[in-house]
Amino acid sequence: MSVVVYTENWEGKFKKASFEAVSYAARTAAQMGTEVIAVVIGGCSDDLSVLGSYGANHVLHYSNSSLDHFNPKSYASVLIDAVNSNSAHGVVLSGSFNGKAIGPLLAVGLKAALITNVSSLPESTAPLRVKRGAFSSKGYVVYESKQEKFVLSIVPNGIGVVEVSVSSNIELKGGFSAPSNSERVSVDMARGAIPLPEAEIVVSGGRGLKGPENWNMVEDLASVLGAGTACSKPVSDMHWRPHSEHVGQTGIAINPNLYIAIGISGAIQHLAGVSNSKTIVVINSDPEAPFFKAADYGIVGDAFDIVPKLTAALKEFKAQN
Amino acid sequence: MKILVCISHVPDTTSKIQFTADGKSLDSTGIQFVINPYDEFALTRALWFKEKLGGSVTVVNVGKANTEPTLRKALAIGADDAIRIDAEPTDGYAVAEELHSLISLEKYDLVLMGRESIDYNGTQVPGMVSALLDWPFINACVGMEVENGIATCIREIDGGKETVKASLPLVVAGQKGLVEEKDLRIPNMRGIMTARTKPLKVVPSVSTIVATQAVQYEKPAGKQACKMVSSDNVKALVDLLHNEAKAI
Ligand SMILES: Cc1cc2nc3c(=O)[nH]c(=O)nc-3n(C[C@H](O)[C@H](O)[C@H](O)COP(=O)(O)OP(=O)(O)OC[C@H]3O[C@@H](n4cnc5c(N)ncnc54)[C@H](O)[C@@H]3O)c2cc1C
Ligand SMILES: Cc1cc2nc3c(=O)[nH]c(=O)nc-3n(C[C@H](O)[C@H](O)[C@H](O)COP(=O)(O)OP(=O)(O)OC[C@H]3O[C@@H](n4cnc5c(N)ncnc54)[C@H](O)[C@@H]3O)c2cc1C
Repeated sequence: MSVVVYTENWEGKFKKASFEAVSYAARTAAQMGTEVIAVVIGGCSDDLSVLGSYGANHVLHYSNSSLDHFNPKSYASVLIDAVNSNSAHGVVLSGSFNGKAIGPLLAVGLKAALITNVSSLPESTAPLRVKRGAFSSKGYVVYESKQEKFVLSIVPNGIGVVEVSVSSNIELKGGFSAPSNSERVSVDMARGAIPLPEAEIVVSGGRGLKGPENWNMVEDLASVLGAGTACSKPVSDMHWRPHSEHVGQTGIAINPNLYIAIGISGAIQHLAGVSNSKTIVVINSDPEAPFFKAADYGIVGDAFDIVPKLTAALKEFKAQN
Repeated sequence: MKILVCISHVPDTTSKIQFTADGKSLDSTGIQFVINPYDEFALTRALWFKEKLGGSVTVVNVGKANTEPTLRKALAIGADDAIRIDAEPTDGYAVAEELHSLISLEKYDLVLMGRESIDYNGTQVPGMVSALLDWPFINACVGMEVENGIATCIREIDGGKETVKASLPLVVAGQKGLVEEKDLRIPNMRGIMTARTKPLKVVPSVSTIVATQAVQYEKPAGKQACKMVSSDNVKALVDLLHNEAKAI
């Protein structure tokens, strides 16, 4: 018995959310009185023993030419093999775009209860009960598994990590031949961008910024903070910013430590995707903007005046700290 | 091309979400239900495929009779016919089994769905359907073309996009980008009139599985009042973010 965790890597480097998934799996396994098997798929240049610092007891590294790129069917088949050959209770994975692609395939392959959008540790493990976000941040629902096995997909940047010191044994599985029914043609990464669901700080702009030519100040602020950039829906609909930056009920849902909203009114559909942020700062020229009701800190005023001043003040702060 | 578009029936995005006093279910009093916004992109894309390549567009919902107005709206937007699988859709796995059974019988070439439902945010039904059928699956799809039985799809990934090829039949879970917001079809008067006479077939439920059960619903904790900082003193905000919120 054990808990399997998928540790996603991108071009050989572990994603930060993978450590969070290992840590979540370790805490869940502890509740169940069992161990953690971390599964690494494809070439990985990072030192695999780092997974021990988040609680992995065993590391299985499945690697061969059929596993060079992410593929939902072949990666799911690896995880199904890891569960079946170790009689594991279930799988933990991070709710990245790739995690979301394979979670449902695992559920069917293992005839397991899939619970996505998980934002806290299980309330109980027999039966498995766990709270998940639903209704686009407007509610939580506690789910109970009705199957023997489970697949838990956790919200990136949600629960955080607990560092421990476990020395894990690492086993290379070279011979696994994975089936596939789709093929990668190309990948196009946004240059320099910090992927949104994982970004710890997000700076976001709305229609109040008047036009795409004014995004330099958003990017300057983001760069001082090491933040990702986001926008409201109309901003992406007008192509001022790429679709991948659209946050909200019909865009990406995020829960960074800090969300700075500039020139965004705070419509209910926008809030639905960002209200789980731990701290929210709103900069808006209208003191009646609904966003202030959902904010922790607010500044009323002209963004074109405030944002450069804030960037300068943060630069000074960073220089001293 | 024979296309199926799966339609989830969800509270309108402006809805105030409330739960019943015992916390056992959604309180749907006063809530207006609509086509899941992601499914609207799938539906318009399906209609474009039909117009370009010929074929038909069927819409399906797994739900009770109260979802029929949502299916009629999809017919008014342009679908040829509708199917309602008569089951209370309380579990994503069960919904996927219902859809799987229909798709195996009807032999569609393409199944288009939304990336996720905006109510339960499960992000599960499309992938489960693909796995039950053993068809290729593309999630978070933001662009798609079909030529000679091969689909070329662009899917969103963390920090970028990936282009993927797969043969039909396949299951695609789409979002904005599949078509643009401005391209979304809305019902016109003629559409609404003809929708009344288009076929809406009700088929019985077949699934027996229950994978999960929702046992308790809760509202998120309320926010403290917002602290206002003067626009002349942005340094105070930096201090608060560092010392109080510990966010920087
Ligand atoms: C089905 C549906 C789904 C939707 N999904 C989403 C979604 O996922 N995400 C989303 O964001 N929206 C979504 N919307 C749209 C949403 O309802 C709002 O229209 C949108 O969020 C408004 O964007 P905004 O705040 O940028 O623009 P506006 O509402 O126009 O707000 C601009 C703000 O900028 C302020 N401002 C103006 N000038 C300045 C200045 N110089 N300095 C500072 N502030 C200034 C104004 O006071 C105002 O508050 C959805 C709508 C529907 C119907
Ligand atoms: C009274 C009632 C109670 C409910 N209780 C629950 C509950 O306890 N737990 C729960 O998970 N859900 C519940 N729902 C149902 C929910 O609306 C879904 O139909 C189903 O559970 C899948 O939701 P999801 O968020 O996992 O879908 P996702 O997997 O996020 O949906 C992705 C896509 O799959 C398709 N799809 C999803 N559902 C349907 C459907 N029913 N018919 C056709 N296509 C569909 C759509 O294309 C959708 O865009 C309930 C519904 C009703 C009416």
